[in-house]
Amino acid sequence: MSIQQVLGRWPGLFRSLALLLCLVCQGVVLPEGAAEGQIDILSFESVEQERRYRALISEFRCPKCLNTNLAGSDAPIAKDLRLLVHRLLVEEGLADDEITAYLQARYGDFVLYRPPFSSQTWYIWLVPIGLGLIAVAVVMGLLKSARRSSTQLSPEDRARLDAMIRER
Amino acid sequence: MIVNRMSFFIPLGTFLVILGIGYVGFSLDDRKQLPSALLDKPFPEFSANSLLDPELRIRRQDLLGKPTLVNVWATWCPTCLSEHDQLMDIAGMTEIRMVGINYKDDVEKAQRWLAQYGNPFDLVIRDERGLLGVELGVYGAPETFLLDAQGNIVYKRVGDVNPRIWRDELLPRFRLLEVEMVSRDEAS
Repeated sequence: MSIQQVLGRWPGLFRSLALLLCLVCQGVVLPEGAAEGQIDILSFESVEQERRYRALISEFRCPKCLNTNLAGSDAPIAKDLRLLVHRLLVEEGLADDEITAYLQARYGDFVLYRPPFSSQTWYIWLVPIGLGLIAVAVVMGLLKSARRSSTQLSPEDRARLDAMIRER
Repeated sequence: MIVNRMSFFIPLGTFLVILGIGYVGFSLDDRKQLPSALLDKPFPEFSANSLLDPELRIRRQDLLGKPTLVNVWATWCPTCLSEHDQLMDIAGMTEIRMVGINYKDDVEKAQRWLAQYGNPFDLVIRDERGLLGVELGVYGAPETFLLDAQGNIVYKRVGDVNPRIWRDELLPRFRLLEVEMVSRDEAS
């Protein structure tokens, strides 16, 4: 039995699978934290403070694991840094940019998923913009030449085409 | 015709560019090349207990006055054991001050470890919670810092201190810092 037949027989199955996929993608099915591989037991003074904590740990890169944020890493150092962010935020009452500066001073630009624009980081900011511009130029060029070729139908071709359309 | 040729070469070209970037990107071992944010900066202020002498507090000023090699180690770190002989050698053949930071470790295990394999350090700092580690931007063990006599970090190594690192990275800097050698045939 082919996939199409299966899906044709149980359209509901297909729909629930698609729905499940959407939910998983949005992180609705799994509780927050579980989807990211860790849950720390931490207390906060306010919902706002907890929101800031979550925002911060999702914006710092785990120094050990190269491409995971602090929120999503199981590495011991990521846990330490999460607790550090919590301490700076809750106990020391630092502002977000002070916490960012604190980590940056010790772990470098590497921990920032939004590094400052500098002589070392210019290309990670400019290359995507450049690629975007190239993509726009290519698409526009293709559209233009496609339009030109469609209008450059010779009179004979045009007549044949018209004849074919009439015949139908 | 032009459109046909373009639509053939654009995906191919894009694919080749991505392939090239990927090849270069994945062959860079950039973790080892992470510049320490603390390079050329003063060693941070700290005050911590000694691992071996419960009465002793170790502070930043204890690291000043002569060049110092600071090694972050732990018993849970196999690479630390593999570099241990090299550290023993460095301690034996130079007059540098060796300071260990026992990073996130069990105190008794760490003490046993030093008794068993030998202690290359003049001072061993106890950093059970990794607080000094955070100040130093440590993200694993072993890590090694070289400090000049004024307590500035002049070199940082993430990973083991092996004979190659000793010969190519540390020894030239020891000479620059005018660290005295114990014997003359050390550079082998």
